[in-house]
Amino acid sequence: MSRYIPQVLGVGMLQMISVNNLKKSYGDFCAVNDISFAIQKGEILGFLGPNGAGKTSTINMMTGLSRATAGEIMIDGIDVKRETKKAQAIMGIVADESNLYNEMDGFENLCFCAALYGMPKSERESKAWQLLAQFRLKDAGKRPVKAYSKGMRRKLTIAAALMHAPQILFLDEPTSGIDVESSRQIREMIVELKHKGTTIFLSTHYIEEAERACDRIAFIAAGRIVASGSIPELMNSVSHGHTISLVTAKNAEAFVDELQSCFEASKVTIQSDHSLVMVSERRIALFPVMEFFHEKGIDIYEARELRPSLEDVFVKLTGIESSVLRKDKEMGKRQ
Amino acid sequence: MKSWIAFWNILKKDVRNYYLKPPNISWGIIFPLSWTLMQIIRTPDENVLGLLPGLISMSVLFGTTSMLAVTITFERSSRSFERLLLAPISLNTMVLAKITGTIIFGVFNALVPIIFASFFTDLPALNWGAALFTILLVALTSALMGLLIAVSAKQVFEAQTFSNFFRFPMLFLCGLFVPISRLPVFLRPVSYCLPLTYGNDILNGLITGINTLSAPLCFGMLSLFSVVLFLLCKYNINRKWIG
Ligand SMILES: Nc1ncnc2c1ncn2[C@@H]1O[C@H](COP(=O)(O)OP(=O)(O)OP(=O)(O)O)[C@@H](O)[C@H]1O
Ligand SMILES: [Mg+2]
Repeated sequence: MSRYIPQVLGVGMLQMISVNNLKKSYGDFCAVNDISFAIQKGEILGFLGPNGAGKTSTINMMTGLSRATAGEIMIDGIDVKRETKKAQAIMGIVADESNLYNEMDGFENLCFCAALYGMPKSERESKAWQLLAQFRLKDAGKRPVKAYSKGMRRKLTIAAALMHAPQILFLDEPTSGIDVESSRQIREMIVELKHKGTTIFLSTHYIEEAERACDRIAFIAAGRIVASGSIPELMNSVSHGHTISLVTAKNAEAFVDELQSCFEASKVTIQSDHSLVMVSERRIALFPVMEFFHEKGIDIYEARELRPSLEDVFVKLTGIESSVLRKDKEMGKRQ
Repeated sequence: MKSWIAFWNILKKDVRNYYLKPPNISWGIIFPLSWTLMQIIRTPDENVLGLLPGLISMSVLFGTTSMLAVTITFERSSRSFERLLLAPISLNTMVLAKITGTIIFGVFNALVPIIFASFFTDLPALNWGAALFTILLVALTSALMGLLIAVSAKQVFEAQTFSNFFRFPMLFLCGLFVPISRLPVFLRPVSYCLPLTYGNDILNGLITGINTLSAPLCFGMLSLFSVVLFLLCKYNINRKWIG
């Protein structure tokens, strides 16, 4: 069951990408199963899912590197399946792994990539230096790519995709294998591109990345989009109730039943000796609760509302352990 | 214009990265050179000119098939080849750009036995234009065969094995050093299914004046092979590389 609800676009919003009932099978195995989504111009859509969810398969179909088994892909009004080359002219693609020419230097790589898009020599040379500077690779510009570190290669791959100033950027796990500082730089650059009007499709399995950079997120698991929407929409889509957590001076175990009857429809659990959690369908006002404890002669040191994280929402919707979204890459690499 | 920029840069990159690399230059020169020497030493009485067509054909065949199959499988395994598939250039432009480098390499290889032979004998006054055109056609068909091998191979060593599997038999099947009339009867039809047979026959006619087929037929067959192989390559690339 797909929870995807077609986006109703507001006036003046331009739909840049629309994917309908897209499917990809490898033999009997269905890697992408009937997914649909739309991306507006200048929007960043995060495609968040664990290993093997079908992220790369989806990108490959959208960029024309592989053939869809079924479904429709429209990019800026161009049918990708019929006019692949025309659609590719406005795309920039960062593959999940380095696909640079190792025997050439960084500068040559950038120039060559731009030449494939028909960019004239003088233009591509100045753009290459500009991007090398932006990615702090200027000093390494004349060094062969095989002498680059993994992070440097990743950055150069992204720069190569930006050479021809694409209207749409596909990023397949752009920050995998990159240190925190460089990841931050890349995220900032992604947001900057968005402000310039670039439409971005970002596949990732880092929740934090999706949360920080994306306007909307689609959760993908086992080839299906389980949910999609803006972060607040996703938060609201799961009924998590309202939760408050209290830290008391004494163990409040004795008052649990009384508390539950006083505050209708709430469920109280003692978490550790001195802390308890109340969950209710309706919002719980803090003051009456504090007053309750005051009457019992128990001081309260801390009271706060607990909000679900995007991670909780993901776990709830997909039934997949959230740890999968953080460590799997490193584990996958080691295998 | 845009296609032209892409074409030219792919060609330039290949020449610089692969064809001008010392190991490849030496392969291109040493192999034809040693083979030429071997043949001349083995058959000292024989007219050097009689060997020349076969040596030219062989040099072109070995230069082109090995280079293209190896460089393409190499780029495919390092995934840089994806860039060409993702670029907004037609498959025709891409294939042409890839094989042009190899063809140039093949033509230069053909010069090795010609220069070498000129030390041993006076080269006859022959139609060099026609010879060059034939060499180009041989290089084109061989390059396309190399491409066909590249499409089937997944690894560089696989490409090398495949290409050797094809080209060593071709040395004997295409009349390069043994006339086809001396082959066992059951092998002769195979000879006429290989483009090199026709190219070599034209070269034989041009250089020694001994050809077995008519030149227009040979040119026609070479052109036909070029077109068929080109279409076959495109069909296979579409089927295998765009998964
Ligand atoms: N060429 C192929 N042949 C067969 N199965 C494939 C092929 N490519 C991908 N798959 C399968 O399809 C599924 C989805 O793969 P895909 O690469 O799209 O996942 P992903 O979400 O990108 O994962 P990751 O985070 O590891 O990159 C996987 O189960 C994978 O094994
Ligand atoms: Mg992937």
